[in-house]
Amino acid sequence: MAGYDEATLERLGADAAAIMARYPDPRSGLLPMLHLVQSQDGYVSPAGIAFCARTLGLSNAEVSAVATFYTQYKRHPNGEYTVGVCTNTLCAVMGGDAIWEEVTHHLGIGHDETTPDGKVTLERIECNAACDYAPVMMVNWEFFDNQTPQSAVSTVYRLIAGEEVRPTRGASSVCSFKQMSRVLAGFPDGRADEGVGAGPATLRGTKLARSRGWTAPSFDVPADAAAAPADGAPAAGQPQSSAERPPTTPADTSAATTQAPGSTPARPEKES
Amino acid sequence: MAAPTPLAPVLSAHWDARRSWTLASYEQHGGYEGLRRALALDPSEVLTTVKDSGLRGRGGAGFPTGMKWSFLPAPDGGPRYLVVNADESEPGTCKDIPTMLASPQSLVEGSIITSYAIGCRHAFIYVRGEVLHVIRRLQRAVEEAYAAGYLGEDILGSGYSLDITVHAGAGAYICGEETALLDSLEGLRGQPRLKPPFPAVAGLYARPTVVNNVETIASVPGILRGGSAWFRSMGTEKSAGHGLFSLSGHVTRPGQYEAPLGITLRQLLDLAGGVRAGHELKFWTPGGSSTPIFTAEHLDTPLDYESVGAAGSMLGTRALQIFDETTSVVRCVTRWTEFYAHESCGKCTPCREGTFWLKQVLRRLEAGQGTPQDIDLLLDTCDNILGRAFCALGDGATSPITSAIKYFREEFEAGMHTPASVLFPPERSSLFPYTPREAGRGAQLAGAAH
Repeated sequence: MAGYDEATLERLGADAAAIMARYPDPRSGLLPMLHLVQSQDGYVSPAGIAFCARTLGLSNAEVSAVATFYTQYKRHPNGEYTVGVCTNTLCAVMGGDAIWEEVTHHLGIGHDETTPDGKVTLERIECNAACDYAPVMMVNWEFFDNQTPQSAVSTVYRLIAGEEVRPTRGASSVCSFKQMSRVLAGFPDGRADEGVGAGPATLRGTKLARSRGWTAPSFDVPADAAAAPADGAPAAGQPQSSAERPPTTPADTSAATTQAPGSTPARPEKES
Repeated sequence: MAAPTPLAPVLSAHWDARRSWTLASYEQHGGYEGLRRALALDPSEVLTTVKDSGLRGRGGAGFPTGMKWSFLPAPDGGPRYLVVNADESEPGTCKDIPTMLASPQSLVEGSIITSYAIGCRHAFIYVRGEVLHVIRRLQRAVEEAYAAGYLGEDILGSGYSLDITVHAGAGAYICGEETALLDSLEGLRGQPRLKPPFPAVAGLYARPTVVNNVETIASVPGILRGGSAWFRSMGTEKSAGHGLFSLSGHVTRPGQYEAPLGITLRQLLDLAGGVRAGHELKFWTPGGSSTPIFTAEHLDTPLDYESVGAAGSMLGTRALQIFDETTSVVRCVTRWTEFYAHESCGKCTPCREGTFWLKQVLRRLEAGQGTPQDIDLLLDTCDNILGRAFCALGDGATSPITSAIKYFREEFEAGMHTPASVLFPPERSSLFPYTPREAGRGAQLAGAAH
């Protein structure tokens, strides 16, 4: 495969220089640089590997060794959208397996395969840290929470039709694989302020605590005062009680004061 | 002062504020007060405060944070690094990603305070690459912190200077292991290093390095604001403070519940509306898939490091994955094992080969085509991985298998004649009704087992 033309090379070179400047050792820039290559070519192309190698003074084999270790680096041209269905245990059991079955049935492609129009690359993905929203689907690594086979298939068809698709927790619309790769390379796209701060599951504890008037102990007590209360010594286990006191009764742990009947009081354990 | 309450939102207290991720919102709720207090102290006093707080690593291992920091050798004039492990990927674990989405500034402030305490001038946040919007929020949070003078030269006129680089990974569970993470950050394949030397002595670029989890670092500003005694007023003597408990699976209201360490699953389930209607608890993980599973008999085990350990598991990441009686334990264990086999980095033989063969044996058990020797074969293979692998991934891979056989041996025995999908039809476990489109995974597995 031919290398990049001069204008492209100049632009990539400037970006690569900006990447390397972030690190004490330029080699640390290799991962972002591979993301940069994907933002240009839509996968880790031979030209991209050669570019990284030349820029960092490595061999092509050394760059390939790194690129093939990480699942986000694609060895053949990726679709405009990577659609990942979580089929790790928890999502799978909650319905991820059914979603995977349905989506593959409709698209007629399997894992790491791309639709003929180049729109969608399908992946079975591992846990993406959104288990409280299971089953989860990711489109270009934006969160699509609480999916059903119907919702997942509908999203995929809209992507193929070229419609704008909005993630549950993310930017106001899904960007392309190449645009995403540029952000991963460390070049912000100015979309951080779009979307929500948190979804409903994230806020469950926060809202429940507020509705019941539960709060953490107040910050507004100077630390030295907390360590040595002047008078009215607080009860064991209460805020402002001495941190030096060894626990001797179940009341010495905050959990014990709200323990369910029949539960085991926390005991002091020997040092591990 | 009021009695301790079941929940104690600290990190999560203002996650529902308008534009909670912005610096303005963070400052409005007391953000960067901890940094101001820290900068007024000597770095050694900051370290002592964190040490006295009893904060322990929130990424799974539970190592005392202040002690980890104190392991750095005396300054020799060369660089020292803080690397934040934001590579949250342990199955079931979903606390750091929402923390960084809703409140990235808490991580930035914690990183600055920690860097000040350990004498670091350049810190790194290694975030997994598969969370685009979280990466955007982190990038923006660092930009805002620079613009406000919390980062860069002479922070708040203190004479202290710090740079933070946000670094996106590229998809590899193993990079959550701290030395694999360092290799990855150096631009290499993410494979664990032989220890010692530990990162404190020879970490990033072979320089003294502290690697801490997101929640650990995000907890530091509160400790500086409230003091070590404030932090110790929550939790238990040896497991001090607050922590995010992440409920997922067959629970009525899954989500993040921030509570003092030592709360029980029974209490948390009460807050979350219990196991989904009409069903009952079968098994659960206390801290992700690498921690041995628990059953209903552990509902009252206090979720602190010591109590969970004494009951035969690990507190891990407080990733409470709840499975009800419709769920096949063999199906779950097979899937987790497929995950470990997929994510094994290949560096050491016990893990690389062991997880591969565990997967083969489990697949035929799930398909109902196991042999009478298979349970012993699984246990024997686990025995040859546990303690013999290069890093904790191998050990973790054995946890679900050995614990599941301990509590549900009869289900593995049934795998010698009956597919898991017949004993536990998967459509009964899912959150929506559906008719399996194909003959089912049993048929696929039977093919794969040969």
